[in-house]
Amino acid sequence: MTQPQDKASLRPSRTGSRIVADPDDISRAMRRLAHQVVENVKDVTNLVVLGIPTRGVPLAQRLARNIGEIEGVTVPVGSIDVTLFRDDLRLRPSKALEQTLIPGEGIDDKIVILVDDVLFSGRTIRAALDALNEYGRPAVVQLAVLVDRGHRELPIRADYVGKNLPTSLSENVSVHLSEIDSFDQVVIQSAEESTGGME
Amino acid sequence: MKHLVSVQDLSHAETLHILDTASELDRVTNGGSKLLPTLRGRTVVNLFYEDSTRTRLSFERAAKRLSADVVTVSAKGSSVSKGESLKDTALTLKAMGADMIVVRHPSPGAAHRLAHAGWLESSVLNAGDGKHEHPTQALADALTIRAHLRPEAVDFGGLTIGIVGDVLHSRVARSNIFLLASMGAKVVVIGPPTLLPVRIENWPCTVSYSLDDTLPELDVIMMLRVQQERMNGTFFPSQLEYSRSFGLNRARASSLPDHAIVMHPGPMNRGVEITAEVADGARSVITEQVANGLKVRMAVMYLLIGGDVSAA
Repeated sequence: MTQPQDKASLRPSRTGSRIVADPDDISRAMRRLAHQVVENVKDVTNLVVLGIPTRGVPLAQRLARNIGEIEGVTVPVGSIDVTLFRDDLRLRPSKALEQTLIPGEGIDDKIVILVDDVLFSGRTIRAALDALNEYGRPAVVQLAVLVDRGHRELPIRADYVGKNLPTSLSENVSVHLSEIDSFDQVVIQSAEESTGGME
Repeated sequence: MKHLVSVQDLSHAETLHILDTASELDRVTNGGSKLLPTLRGRTVVNLFYEDSTRTRLSFERAAKRLSADVVTVSAKGSSVSKGESLKDTALTLKAMGADMIVVRHPSPGAAHRLAHAGWLESSVLNAGDGKHEHPTQALADALTIRAHLRPEAVDFGGLTIGIVGDVLHSRVARSNIFLLASMGAKVVVIGPPTLLPVRIENWPCTVSYSLDDTLPELDVIMMLRVQQERMNGTFFPSQLEYSRSFGLNRARASSLPDHAIVMHPGPMNRGVEITAEVADGARSVITEQVANGLKVRMAVMYLLIGGDVSAA
């Protein structure tokens, strides 16, 4: 489920930041993910799409909208904050909680698609699986991410990947989305000049 | 933020952060019915030098909801009753590796001393120190007021809140006056002059000696317990006379505005500062205050010891 990559754009650069996806790339990737979900999941009426804050939430909304347009249905969409379930809470000062919003129909026996912007260590997804446990027992849980940057620390993989981005650990991947940042863009920054990009 | 000793240490933004966290925790735990793994492996010590049921239970329950290990030490039945000093108790707790000490003590300043004397590395959460402060109760009350009268608002501008009765002996009143005033509410303190502290004019509140005259202006009325156990002199002629002048009964409750809510930090002396009819009536939010106490205590525990405590 990966798309061919433009190798030239992925050549490591020691300094500076480079744009690896523009608004059109992001919108194409999200449309492709929606088609893949529809193809893979037989019963779209049983879907619930849950975004992981912060930037997983608008991506979840876009994915649900795209699936809805393809299939002519309304896909329930919500958010699930994983902060309280993280295993690395103690590595940084306590963080403000984000909103958790489970759609009214719940997640019991549903096909839940978790959505995040960047898949990195996999620890966020592990925490999300724990958090999901608190709200019910889905029939299936799948993962959709806009960017998979590698460096997994847990045996977790995504079912739907917008873009595979091989990165070095010293780099930062920042996803900007118009709902939050007023423009769509994916940027790789080398660590020296990164300004606390998203993981 | 490492300790919470006084509401006066909280900025407006920090207060809001605690209230928002409390609301979100409530939503995540579905009203406190779910267990969160957040404080797994942390130890919370409840160090209670004074009798308490609801506060101690509330702190215990908050810590357990977040999966912390809870140890409760009450003065009765511990070395404290053999004359161990606060310092030695603190050093013992340090050796046992407590992440947070929740302390209730009859002396004002005990929590501050514990937090800042350098005896401990733990976070200190004040659960009431003498007549000084009881910050989590005031935060619970602010959460209750916000839910009823100012949902989603960032301040309490335009609200008039009456605090009635024994302000002199009440740490709940003191914490509430400073917290609610910092949120932008107009606070009116109502009671007999003998039960108001000296120099209350320097506090961020106005004073009234007549409950009946003030009732129609109040959006919130907070009745305080007459604290017989702290009274070693005569502050009013008789209980009957006190409740005639400052007790909340049905007739008084009916002169409140329609939207006004009735609060009491508990435990109540039914028939003294509030009649059973009003305490159990439709405007009463007293049981919500207890539920909100649990939420803010969870929020404060998460914010104080949920993350990397060395950086705090």
